[in-house]
Amino acid sequence: MNEATNKTNEVILSVQEVSKSFGGVRAVVGVSFDLRRGELLGIIGPNGSGKTTLVNLITGFVKPDSGSVKYEGQDITGWMPYRIARLGIARTFQMIRPFAELPAFKNLIIPLFSPRVKTLSGGKYGDLDSVAKDLLEEVGFERESSVTYKAAGSLPHGYLKRLELAKCLALRADLIILDELFSGLSIAELASIVPIIEKLMVEGKTVIMIEHRLRELFRIANRVVVLNYGHAIADGKPSEVMERDDVKQAYLGTE
Amino acid sequence: MKQRRKERIDRGTKARSDDIFALTSYREMLYVAVPPVLPVIALLVMPLILPPYWQKVLLQTTIFALLAISWDFLVSVGMVSLGQALFFGMGAYVAGCLDHYAGLPIWLTIPLATVFGGALCTVLLLPVLRLRGVYFSMVTLVLPLMLERIIEATGMLGGTEGLTGIKPFGNSWVEMYVVIIVLLIALFGFRRLVTTDYGLVLKAIKDNDRSVMSAGINIYWMKAQALFISGSVGSFCGAYITHVYMFVGMPDFALDYSILPLASAVVGGMGTFAGSVMGAFILVPLSEALRNVGGLRIVLYAMSLVVFIVLLPEGIFHYIQRKYQQFERWVEVEG
Ligand SMILES: Nc1ncnc2c1ncn2[C@@H]1O[C@H](COP(=O)(O)OP(=O)(O)OP(=O)(O)O)[C@@H](O)[C@H]1O
Ligand SMILES: [Mg+2]
Repeated sequence: MNEATNKTNEVILSVQEVSKSFGGVRAVVGVSFDLRRGELLGIIGPNGSGKTTLVNLITGFVKPDSGSVKYEGQDITGWMPYRIARLGIARTFQMIRPFAELPAFKNLIIPLFSPRVKTLSGGKYGDLDSVAKDLLEEVGFERESSVTYKAAGSLPHGYLKRLELAKCLALRADLIILDELFSGLSIAELASIVPIIEKLMVEGKTVIMIEHRLRELFRIANRVVVLNYGHAIADGKPSEVMERDDVKQAYLGTE
Repeated sequence: MKQRRKERIDRGTKARSDDIFALTSYREMLYVAVPPVLPVIALLVMPLILPPYWQKVLLQTTIFALLAISWDFLVSVGMVSLGQALFFGMGAYVAGCLDHYAGLPIWLTIPLATVFGGALCTVLLLPVLRLRGVYFSMVTLVLPLMLERIIEATGMLGGTEGLTGIKPFGNSWVEMYVVIIVLLIALFGFRRLVTTDYGLVLKAIKDNDRSVMSAGINIYWMKAQALFISGSVGSFCGAYITHVYMFVGMPDFALDYSILPLASAVVGGMGTFAGSVMGAFILVPLSEALRNVGGLRIVLYAMSLVVFIVLLPEGIFHYIQRKYQQFERWVEVEG
């Protein structure tokens, strides 16, 4: 914890002028931002504004046409996704597809099996099953409840989202990128997930949240970047950003 | 009004839990032990009672069962191969060359061919590991045919004649039991492997490779390892058959070695390995039995394949397993 506090304010992720086109579609155009350790950054924007593409650019699933991404000072532009993940960048996917046939807790075996976890735990894996069950408890699966053992494919939506969060925890990531984690959740489910994210922040993690649920996002985010047609049109405190006319227009769709 | 209805009950023992089950009586112990133990005993006894011709069929069957297992394993990692013949032929040629050119003894050629054959196949397929689905399948289908033509065109490694005079096993009991033991090891080894953490990760690649990558796992390295494992099993088969027939040649890359294992796994039930073995033990002897029929052999064979797949699309093994774990009875219900 001490170490984490010492390092706050240090730039952990630096995105510089990244662009990506798909055929004629300019999905992301010259987007830049710096992210400091311990920040919770929201990325918002209308449908198709390039949010998911930006996540893919940071995590290596899409290679940028130009621009660079640095993590902890290291240039990771164009790296393979698994190498980037090993540095401690975890992400969730907008379309959640769990390892459907595996019981919920066995889904965590995959991130727990990664070389990163092995290195961090001193070169041996140990009993991953019990670690996995502990992690599920951390994200709100009741201990020894039947959901833990249920095939992930049959889990209710709220549990699936928590399972995705647990995967990020399993990787012991420092930077966690959540692509529309809140979508499709009821108010009650949200109320149980928000504290988990707040706890991550207390632990010194850095989080990027792509969100359409602005009200819920603004309660926890200290900063938002607004994308529109691939451009970052605003970057700042939620309250200030939402006052801007161009942001309002982007959201209302008026020209 | 009273009506009769069929009721289906799951047996209590081992019910649905692979992890924890308590055995409370001899009957339950038998219930759990019989399915794996009985076929093993049958397999070990068969060579002692079969006539010589059917012993040869048993040997063939065992080889195809092994190939089917190696195919099933690759599929479980998301690689649908149409070219087990590549693995088979590679092992056959490596063993043949080690015997013919280097004069190595049989107890060296087979293990060496198993490892190097597997490695060669992996290296050959490395460039296409990134291809998914049908694109990967196409390449595996074409590669053995291509190697066959290269050997034909260049005349190397014996060309169209092949290499003859390869050392035989010398003892037919050793010959028979080597392959049976290897099959049993492979069967139980693979069944065990897929339940380990390593095996789970391999299977997860098939489910969702992006999710596996974002967990920091190099899926291409994992797939290469799976290819090596599967390739080695296939290569063992080729190397073994080379010594049985004392010959290696272009037929070792034949399409049969690609298609029959696939058919066995599908008919028997994919993803269980036991199904692959079961499928091979039905299809290969069936194909032999149909030899007497003459011209219509292929037609009958194809028809029986279709019948199996239409009647039991889940595979014979899954069907039997389900039936074994349930029993049905008629009950009276108020209508
Ligand atoms: N792999 C791809 N191939 C072609 N076009 C793509 C691809 N990925 C994204 N696009 C296009 O890029 C644009 C941005 O898409 P992106 O998914 O990044 O938007 P988004 O902000 O995440 O939208 P949403 O809020 O609907 O999730 C869209 O026009 C989309 O059609
Ligand atoms: Mg999106």
